[in-house]
Amino acid sequence: MAERFTLTVNGAAHTVEVDDPSMPLLYALRDELQLNNPRFGCGLGQCGACTVHLDGRAVRSCTVAVSAAASAKITTLAGLGTPQTPHPLQTAWIEEQVSQCAYCINGWIMTAAALLEEKPKPSDEEIKTALSDLICRCGTHGAAFRAVKRVVES
Amino acid sequence: MAETGELNRRVFLLATGALAIALVDCNPRQAATNGATRPPLMPDQLDSYLAIGPNGSVTVFYGRIDGGQGLETSIAQMVAEELDVPLERVRMVMSDTARTVNMGGASGALGVSRSGMHLRSCAAEARRLLLEMAGDALGAPPDSLSVADGVIRTSGGDATISYAQLIGDRHFAAKLTWNGEYGNDLMVSGKAKIKEPSEFKIIGTSPRRKDLPLKVFGRLDMVNDVRLPNMLHARMIRPRVAGAVPVSVDESSIADIPGARVVHIKDLLAVVAPKEWNAIRAAERLKVTWSESHPNFPGHEKLHEHIRNAPVIARHIETENGSVEDGLRNAARVIEGEYEFPTQSHASLGPACGVADVKNGEATVWTSTQKPHYARDGIADLLGLPPERVRAIWMFGTGSYGRNDQGDATADAAVLSQHLGVPVRVQYMRHEGLAWDPKGTASVNRSRAGIDASGKVIAYENIGKAFSRLNTATNEGSAAHVLAGHLLGVPLEPEQSFNVPIASYTFDHKRIGWEVIAPLMERASPLRTTHLRDPYGPPILFGSESFIDEVAAATATDPVEFRLRHLSHPRDRDAVRVAAEKYGWDARPSPKSAQRNADVAIGRGIAFRRHFETFIALVAEVRVTRSTGVIEPLRYVCAHDVGLIVNPETLRHVIDRQLVYGTSRTLFEEVRFDENMVTSVDWLTYPVLHMNSVPQSIEIELISRPESAPSGAGEMALGLVPAAIGNAVFDATGVRLRRVPFTPERVKAALA
Repeated sequence: MAERFTLTVNGAAHTVEVDDPSMPLLYALRDELQLNNPRFGCGLGQCGACTVHLDGRAVRSCTVAVSAAASAKITTLAGLGTPQTPHPLQTAWIEEQVSQCAYCINGWIMTAAALLEEKPKPSDEEIKTALSDLICRCGTHGAAFRAVKRVVES
Repeated sequence: MAETGELNRRVFLLATGALAIALVDCNPRQAATNGATRPPLMPDQLDSYLAIGPNGSVTVFYGRIDGGQGLETSIAQMVAEELDVPLERVRMVMSDTARTVNMGGASGALGVSRSGMHLRSCAAEARRLLLEMAGDALGAPPDSLSVADGVIRTSGGDATISYAQLIGDRHFAAKLTWNGEYGNDLMVSGKAKIKEPSEFKIIGTSPRRKDLPLKVFGRLDMVNDVRLPNMLHARMIRPRVAGAVPVSVDESSIADIPGARVVHIKDLLAVVAPKEWNAIRAAERLKVTWSESHPNFPGHEKLHEHIRNAPVIARHIETENGSVEDGLRNAARVIEGEYEFPTQSHASLGPACGVADVKNGEATVWTSTQKPHYARDGIADLLGLPPERVRAIWMFGTGSYGRNDQGDATADAAVLSQHLGVPVRVQYMRHEGLAWDPKGTASVNRSRAGIDASGKVIAYENIGKAFSRLNTATNEGSAAHVLAGHLLGVPLEPEQSFNVPIASYTFDHKRIGWEVIAPLMERASPLRTTHLRDPYGPPILFGSESFIDEVAAATATDPVEFRLRHLSHPRDRDAVRVAAEKYGWDARPSPKSAQRNADVAIGRGIAFRRHFETFIALVAEVRVTRSTGVIEPLRYVCAHDVGLIVNPETLRHVIDRQLVYGTSRTLFEEVRFDENMVTSVDWLTYPVLHMNSVPQSIEIELISRPESAPSGAGEMALGLVPAAIGNAVFDATGVRLRRVPFTPERVKAALA
C-alpha cells in the first residue's frame, strides 16, 4: 500500500507517496521530485552516478531505501552550490574543464565534497582513495584529481 | 522551490506541445530562434545552417552532436571567427530533424574537419552577403567596409549598421553550392573565401566549454529527464540464454504491482508502468517461459581460437606492393607475430535511454544516439511511417563513443509507444548496457616480416581477422539495425568489413589487409559487432605497432630509429620525433638488459599512427612488477598533429581523457561470455579503470599547423595505448604481451 514520506532536499521539505517503502531514494528524487541531477548508472552502488549527501555523507541513492532517508538532510549536486554561490569544487571543475559527458559528475563532486568537509587538506593518496570507487567512461579521472587538488591547495 | 517550479513549468509546456520553446526556456544552452518561421530545411540554403536574431544573436544549426568533447564551443568559435561576432553571441542547435540538416551525427571524429569547415564557409558567405547589404544601405562599396562585433563600418567610421539591423529575424534566402550528399559526405560552400590564419582572432584561442556550467551545477536536462504527460516507464525483458524467445508470459506474476502491464509483440517483451520503480519491480518479478536455445558460443577464453579457425567470409587486401612471397623467400630470416584483442563493450556509464511519443501517424523521439537523423529513418522504417512524419530530437545523455545502445533504446520506446498509444520512456538496466549493447569486435592480428642478411626488412605483411565491424550498421537507418527490428523479425542487412592500419611504413614488398568471419549468432545477438570508439584502431594497431617493435628488436634497432627509417611523410616523421624528444628518449634497442631479473622493472615504448590527416605518436613509460603482474602507467608523452587547431586547451583535454580511456581498454576491458550468454553484466564482471590506474603524468605536445586543414582528434590517440604499453613492457622485461587486456594474471603468466 502507498506510504508517505517527507524528504528534506536542498533545504526544502517535500512529501512523496510511494507504493514500496524499499524503493531507492534515487527514484524519489528523480521521478517524484523531478530532480534530474542524480543519475541512474547501475542501481548496484558500483559507479556513483546517483551520489547525494545524506546528512553530509556521500551515499549512493540507488542503494538507500526512501524510508531510510526520510529523517535525513539530503543534498544533491544542484543544492551543493549555484552559479551565484558555487561550491569551490564546482568552480575548480570549471577551471580544470574536467567533465566531458558529465553523466558521472554527481559521484565525483559529491564524494570529493564529503571528503573535504571531513578533511579539508587530504593527501594525494587520500584523495585517490576517496575517489577510487567511482567510474567515468570519458577518462576524466586525472582531471578530477587535479580539480580536487586545486581546492585543497587554495 | 524555484527549481521544481521551473521544472513543473516545463512539464506544462510539454503538455501544450510547445516542446522546442519549452526546452529553450528551461535550458539556456538551447538558443531562442525563429525556428517556427524558418524556411523549409534545404541543404543548399544558407538559412538552413545559420540565422541572425533581432538582437544580433547568431544561431547555428549543427546537424551533428557534441557528446561532451567540446564541439559545441569549437564549432561556435569557427562561426564567430568568420562572422566577426563575439563568441558569446553564437548559439548552437544540435541535431533535431525538424531544425537541422543531416550532417552525419557524430562519426569518425569529423565534427571540426567536415561540418565545422562547412559551417565556417556558411558564416563567411553570410558575412559577404551582409557586407553587400550594408554597402547598399550605407552607399559605400562593400570592400571598403569593415566589421567588428557584428557592426559594419564605413572606412571613415562615420556610418555604421549592425547585422541585426540588416537581417535580424529575417532570412538570407541565399543559395549555396551543395554536393548533393547528406551525412558525413555533405559539403556546402558559398562564394566567400574563408579567412587566412593570419586574420584569426577566435580560432586558435581557448574559450571554456559552453556546456560545462550547466553540467557542474546539476542543471542540464538529458534524454533521461524528458517527462511527458501520461508517459509510461518501460523495462525490456531479455532472455538468460541468447537466442531464446518468449513462449508464454504469466501476467499474474505482476498483478499486484500498481499499473504494471506486459507488452509482448512477436519476440519483443517489455513491462510498462506509470511509476518507474514499479516497472523495475515488474521486470524483476515477471515469469516468462522461454524457448530452448543453444547458441554454443565458444566462450571468451576460446574466442581467439575460434577466430583463427573460422572460415573467412570476406577478405580485402587494402595495400599491396612488390611481392611479399618473393620477399619472404629471399629473406635470411622470417619473423611472425600474432596479437589478440578481446571483445569490448561500449559500457557507457548510463545504460541507454530513449523516449518516444507516437500518435496519429506521427512520431517524436527524444534520443541520445549519435545519429539522430539516421535514427529517424530507422524508426520510420520500424513503425511503417514516412520519414517526414518522424521527428528525432537529440539531447545530451551518457557519453557515447561509437554505436552504443542508445539507438536500440530509442527504437524500443518507439515500438512500445506505437503499440500503447501513449508516450513511453525506455531506460535500460545495467546488465543490458553491458550484455546487450552492440560490441567492438575481437580480433587476431597476424604479421610476418622478412629480413635480409644485412638486417634490412624487405617484406612485411599484416592481416587482421575479426568479426565484421558493421554486423550492426552504425547509422541505425533501417529497422534491421536495431535490436527491436531483430526481435520483430525484419530481414537483416549485415555488411562485411574490417580495416587496416594506414600503411605509412614503406617496405619493398608489402601487403596489408583484413579478413572477416561469420557472426556467432545471426539475429538479436548480445555479441553483435559494430563501431566502438576508434572502431578498428586498438585491435589492428595493437598488432601492427607491437609487431613493428618486434621487428626493430629482432634487428637490434632502436624502436624510434626503426620507425623513422621506414617513414617518409614529414608529418609522420615529425610526430615520432617530437614525442621521442619531449620524452627524452634514450636511443637503444629494446629490451633494457639491466633489469632482466628484477621484480620491478621500468620500460618505455612508442607507438605511431596516421589516421585521416591526424598524425600521432605516443610514448608510454610503465612499471611492471613480475611477482604481481601489475602494470602501472607512469608517464605518457603524446605528440599530436591535427593540422589547424581551433581550441588548443579543449584539444589537450580531449587527448588527455582518451588516453586515460585507452588505458582502461588496454589493462582491464574484456567482455566475458560462456556457451549461452554474455556474463559481463555489471562493473564487477566488466572491470574498467579506476583512479588508482590512471597514468601519473600525461604530457601532450601539440604540433600546430595553421596552414593545414583541421583533421579529427576525438578518438585517434587512444588506439595507440595498447601497443605503447605492450612495447614498454617488452622494453622493461624482454617479454612481449600478445593479448589484451593486460590483466595481472595474464601478465604474470607471460612473465613466468
